Amino acid sequence: MSEQVEHLIRKEYAAGFHTAIDTDTLPPGLNEDVVRFISAKKNEPEWLLEWRLQAFRAWLEMDEPNWAQLNYKAPDYQSISYFSSPKSMEDRPQSLDEVDPKLLETYEKLGIPLHEQEMLAGVAMDVVFDSVSVVTTFREKLSEAGVIFCSISEAVEKYPALVQKHLGSVVPQKDNYFAALNSAVFSDGSFVYIPKGVRCPMELSTYFRINEQNTGQFERTLIVAEEGSHVSYLEGCTAPMRDENQLHAAVVELVANDNAEIKYSTVQNWYPGDEDGKGGIYNFVTKRGVCHTRAKISWTQVETGSAVTWKYPSCVLRGDHSVGEFYSVALTNNYQQADTGTKMIHIGKNTRSTIISKGISAGKSQNTYRGLVRMNPGADGARNYTQCDSLLIGDRCGAHTFPYIESKNPSAVIEHEATTSKVSDDQMFLCQQRGLDPEKAVSMIVNGFCREVFKELPMEFAVEAGKLLEVSLEGSVG
Amino acid sequence: MLRIENLCARVEEKEILKGLNLHVKPGEVHAIMGPNGAGKSTLGSVLAGREAFEVTAGSVAFQGKDLLDLDVEARAHLGLFLAFQYPVEIPGVSNMEFLKSSVDAVRKARGKSDLSSVEFMKLAREASKKVKLDQAFLKRGVNEGFSGGEKKRNEILQMMLLEPSLCILDETDSGLDIDALQTVADGVNAMRSPDRSFVVVTHYQRLLDYIVPDYVHVLAGGKIVKSGDKSLAKELEAKGYSWLDGEVA
Ligand SMILES: Nc1ncnc2c1ncn2[C@@H]1O[C@H](COP(=O)(O)OP(=O)(O)O)[C@@H](O)[C@H]1O
Ligand SMILES: [Mg+2]
Repeated sequence: MSEQVEHLIRKEYAAGFHTAIDTDTLPPGLNEDVVRFISAKKNEPEWLLEWRLQAFRAWLEMDEPNWAQLNYKAPDYQSISYFSSPKSMEDRPQSLDEVDPKLLETYEKLGIPLHEQEMLAGVAMDVVFDSVSVVTTFREKLSEAGVIFCSISEAVEKYPALVQKHLGSVVPQKDNYFAALNSAVFSDGSFVYIPKGVRCPMELSTYFRINEQNTGQFERTLIVAEEGSHVSYLEGCTAPMRDENQLHAAVVELVANDNAEIKYSTVQNWYPGDEDGKGGIYNFVTKRGVCHTRAKISWTQVETGSAVTWKYPSCVLRGDHSVGEFYSVALTNNYQQADTGTKMIHIGKNTRSTIISKGISAGKSQNTYRGLVRMNPGADGARNYTQCDSLLIGDRCGAHTFPYIESKNPSAVIEHEATTSKVSDDQMFLCQQRGLDPEKAVSMIVNGFCREVFKELPMEFAVEAGKLLEVSLEGSVG
Repeated sequence: MLRIENLCARVEEKEILKGLNLHVKPGEVHAIMGPNGAGKSTLGSVLAGREAFEVTAGSVAFQGKDLLDLDVEARAHLGLFLAFQYPVEIPGVSNMEFLKSSVDAVRKARGKSDLSSVEFMKLAREASKKVKLDQAFLKRGVNEGFSGGEKKRNEILQMMLLEPSLCILDETDSGLDIDALQTVADGVNAMRSPDRSFVVVTHYQRLLDYIVPDYVHVLAGGKIVKSGDKSLAKELEAKGYSWLDGEVA
């Protein structure tokens, strides 16, 4: 990360700390009172409390989905605390010496600067206040352009009409079990609004978001791009975050109005558990965007973390000539399990979608692609192209592909290609004969396999993603 | 440079090399000829350290070290280079990236300084000109969609950049037209030097018109059954391997 970001993180930390004074922590358990408590703590308007309660009541009636190719012990939702104050300075590690050396080793390999390591590991840092901070310049630049980029709590307070109009418009409260849970108890997340005709002057990264410290395990993100606007949003971080929450259930909603374009890039590197499959995050995410006429939404994800991943970033191609794209790299190692893919729902005429999925399985992991392409009756001339490649490292892992195709329009064209390959002995031998050690060889071969997806990532992210694969693959050869 | 004594090796329980001896001094070029299935490629694989091949007896000294004791990449670092009979593809990894990583790794192991990207690009461009591979090939995936001849020229390109002390060329001439053959031979000849040796596996005498060997050996039934100077190659071409049947134990 650049020096800029380093500065920023210190600042951001300062901000997070500043707002974290007046909190208590709820005991474990989930009921209506808990939902009311959360809403009250956040000074939310009545409509939002009602909205949360509707979600909660729906959730009570729902069953946890079990159709995915995943095998895990369902979390005990009553043993989770749904509101906790951020850790006080005394409770945090006082220096990097108190942080798990394994975690530090990984930071080292990813080349993360010390300050950033401290932030990621939750070390209690001196609060450095930098008056010419990047954040200030950054915010100024954005507001000049009329772009809103803030926490969703702040948005509820300052732009209630916008939030009320769009929240749940793409992922309704009752969409699925995890989305309902998120709607009832979401802690915080990002809000982005790009006015008509505006091209967002910079890439928006969660790094730059104020109050980051407090988002917790039920994150909620809403991005609205008005007519003809354009935004690129980066979520996540290549460094594994220290996190004690086992369950993560986020919701992301994107609205791309006529001729707007949203590019959403994710690097997910939550704790995957140890080599024996102990621990690790359960990551159940609902991400969906709606495209109006000639709008475009592009999802790019690099998923290497979490013990269990359940995630299907989707596009509803409502408007004619709208475009949806999904580029994915999902890597599993050791005992990780991933069931991930996308849904492309073609409603408008001449809508187009592209799906490029690269699954890499190593160790004893299981990696599943699950994708739906639906052509509705009105989707005249719609087209989809799907390419779905799996790469196996070793012979104890599994790769699975479940493409679902529903075509109700005879003029729609769907193309699907799938391959499964192995990192071959011949390839390894070639690399080693040319002087590369086996780990470097595997990571190079895997990076090559992912190239089509990496080229969709913003430049800086792409380099980090390459390094991330290398670290995630450790111990997968030999 | 290289001293192979009584080398025996097997793959999947099958004995292939059965007491092979070969001595190569610095600067020498040795040609190895022999019928299909004789074990020529196996010899290359065993010397380079391929895992599937198990050495059951014998010894190999290379640059004064016990070669069989080293892992694959350490042998490469020490200066052993194998140009493959069937070069494999690595999709999505650009040739340039592959070459740079290899050169970096080898230079590092040899205690040489890192090359900057600019320096490296210059070397790579010069080398690709020498083997008549268009620069576009540097950007393409390693051997991805290359023709047979392009793959072989790419092997020579790698050899030039890695500056090995012992080059083993496994049928690098097979499948090449006469112009490509000339190009490959020119590449090899340009690299000949008093402290670099070559072991050239070939079926055809015509390659040896371009790369003139100091010695020619016939490998049959897992060992060297006849050695001689370059006239042996001509004799083989005229009489075929069956002429040697009596010499195969
Ligand atoms: N990986 C392998 N597994 C089983 N048999 C092999 C393998 N590699 C080579 N062989 C066998 O070893 C013998 C020698 O092969 P090779 O060294 O390729 O011969 P040459 O290069 O002289 O034509 C052949 O009978 C071949 O089938
Ligand atoms: Mg052969």
